[in-house]
Amino acid sequence: MFFNFLDELRAAGIPASIKEHLVLLEALDRDVIEATPEAFYYLSRAIFVKDEALLDRFDQVFAHVFKGIITDYGQAPVEIPEDWLKAIAERYFSEEEMEKIKALGSWDEIMETLKKRLEEQEKRHNGGNKWIGANGTSPFGNSGYNPEGIRIGGKSTHGRAIKVWEKREFANLDNQVELGTRNIKLALRRLRRFAREGAAEELDLDATIHGTARQGWLDIHMRPLRHNAVKVLLFLDVGGSMDPHVRLVEELFSAATAEFKNLEFFYFHNCLYEGVWKDNRRRFAERTPTWDILHKYGHDYKVVFVGDAAMSPYEVSHPGGSVEHFNEEAGAVWLHRVTSTYPATVWLNPVAERQWQYSASTKLIHEAMAGAMYPLTLSGLDGAMRELTRKKH
Amino acid sequence: MALASLAKRTYPLGFPHVWDRQAMQRFEGTSSYVAGDDLKIAVNAAVLLRRPLLVKGEPGTGKTVLAQEIADSIGAPLIEWNVKSTTRAQQGLYEYDAVARLRDGQLGDPRVHEIGNYIKRGKLWDAFTSPQLPVLLIDEIDKADIEFPNDLLQELDRMSFDVYETGERIAAQERPIVIITSNNEKELPDAFLRRCFFHYIKFPDRETMQAIIDVHFPGIQKLLVTKAMEIFYELREVPGLKKKPSTSELLDWLKLLLNEDMPIEVLQNRDPTRAIPPLHGALLKNEADVMLFERLAFMARRNG
Repeated sequence: MFFNFLDELRAAGIPASIKEHLVLLEALDRDVIEATPEAFYYLSRAIFVKDEALLDRFDQVFAHVFKGIITDYGQAPVEIPEDWLKAIAERYFSEEEMEKIKALGSWDEIMETLKKRLEEQEKRHNGGNKWIGANGTSPFGNSGYNPEGIRIGGKSTHGRAIKVWEKREFANLDNQVELGTRNIKLALRRLRRFAREGAAEELDLDATIHGTARQGWLDIHMRPLRHNAVKVLLFLDVGGSMDPHVRLVEELFSAATAEFKNLEFFYFHNCLYEGVWKDNRRRFAERTPTWDILHKYGHDYKVVFVGDAAMSPYEVSHPGGSVEHFNEEAGAVWLHRVTSTYPATVWLNPVAERQWQYSASTKLIHEAMAGAMYPLTLSGLDGAMRELTRKKH
Repeated sequence: MALASLAKRTYPLGFPHVWDRQAMQRFEGTSSYVAGDDLKIAVNAAVLLRRPLLVKGEPGTGKTVLAQEIADSIGAPLIEWNVKSTTRAQQGLYEYDAVARLRDGQLGDPRVHEIGNYIKRGKLWDAFTSPQLPVLLIDEIDKADIEFPNDLLQELDRMSFDVYETGERIAAQERPIVIITSNNEKELPDAFLRRCFFHYIKFPDRETMQAIIDVHFPGIQKLLVTKAMEIFYELREVPGLKKKPSTSELLDWLKLLLNEDMPIEVLQNRDPTRAIPPLHGALLKNEADVMLFERLAFMARRNG
């Protein structure tokens, strides 16, 4: 019963197991709910989903399994901004048509008609993938998109008329989305947790007295130190399209600065070379030689690079490849020096993970970091911090 | 969907708990608590199948109150266990005061021969041995150490535990109803989650909020509420707020507005140059947020 549902949930990355499945069957057996689709949806959601970040995914799977809608999860996760759709709607409908639709009903109906229209369009332009947005209005450029995969989320006020799981109210709780104001707090917590781990131990006096009283002999207990021992070097790529992301990361780490024993910021541009700087306004006047950093900070420092790693491949692989100055040694050499001095090194990349493969330089840096490149999302941050804690020195 | 037929069939699962008590009242929200359909179903499923219900959500959306309301609506006593960062799982079961016993032993106190004298009962013990079926609230479980939920797995699963010092076994006659709240400060282990029902209290939309206000302030001026809600939701939309006001803040603010007998005009004639709503102290709990608002007001004045 519902094995299909279970399989689909697992395929979408929701950690559902036989245990939950049996609970669901038991609940149905006991008539916990009235036999309505809504009640079944709520019940199965309460049973299968244990993390609000997965609620949106669950909604999609539920819609898919119980209605046969093809979801776009994982294949083309494209969310179309509403105002863009509105703009498209205006382009695809003549004025009289718009008037007619407006007279007819709501925004939902307009969207529904638009969807149909787009589907027809797709059939007509068989094989073409640039037919929309070729005039430069599309934020997706020429890469095109698949209208089947688009979920046009209407705002309905009729309540019951629209299925609750199709509202996708939890879309912004998904932990695959990039960091923003909503989840920055969570990200901070992960950093703090990272900062607490790996601390030394101190004598736990209370536990020792208790243990001694209980055992009758001296029973020494230790506990992790309350303050933190993690030291971090942060290298930020500035002066490009990544600036907002870089600022975000900078804020993130400085918010957690009290948690680290030591935190140092340095800036670089595109790739690491022989010099970095601390003040972006005086980047040419006050440079710190990278050698000095390698000598000054011990190898127990954890190193975090933040940058999009998108540049000309020569900037990484060849001497003199830098766009700003003549570098005597290739960027890759410097990266190698850092990774061999600091075993715990990661690269955070604000660019979505699925786009990395299109950039040769990203691949090069990915290799130089021995695969320790993580996207700038909650789960990416998690992975990066885990990598950093795994390597003690 | 063929759910109707499906729900009537029986499966060879047979969980032989005491379960002919269908007479127990279903949770339908109460006169002082508005529950959505999803919450009702999650609560009823957890109550019927006697599995712990894990409740998450923004602070101030009524997670802790929920346990009280469930207890009230089914007429059960509430046992509260507030978890702190120093709380250990063992404290919920029992504590053995070895130091006191050692002291008594030195002083020659006769109590020392009975080890039971030095065992302090925890909340779980109370819940298991309660004469009436209780609701056990484990509040803010994420505050405790990361191992805390793991240490409670067996006890919550079997609803029994052993007291090693006395060789006693404490087992629940009937599985208590367990409500667990979390603020997401730590992730909970998978094995623990598998045993729970989960509900995420999302921030109420306007209609729900209206219902909540009606429950708390019956007979309040409709116009005042509408205006106040407009301001409230606008405020939540302001980007960069450190602490977004939540349901409990809105209720406090309304209470203040009513107390101060604030004329409705103050809310109605809002000009953008005075961006800070009256009595904002109830809504904005952070200096930086108030500053942000003053700056916005200043900018509005300059542009206007």
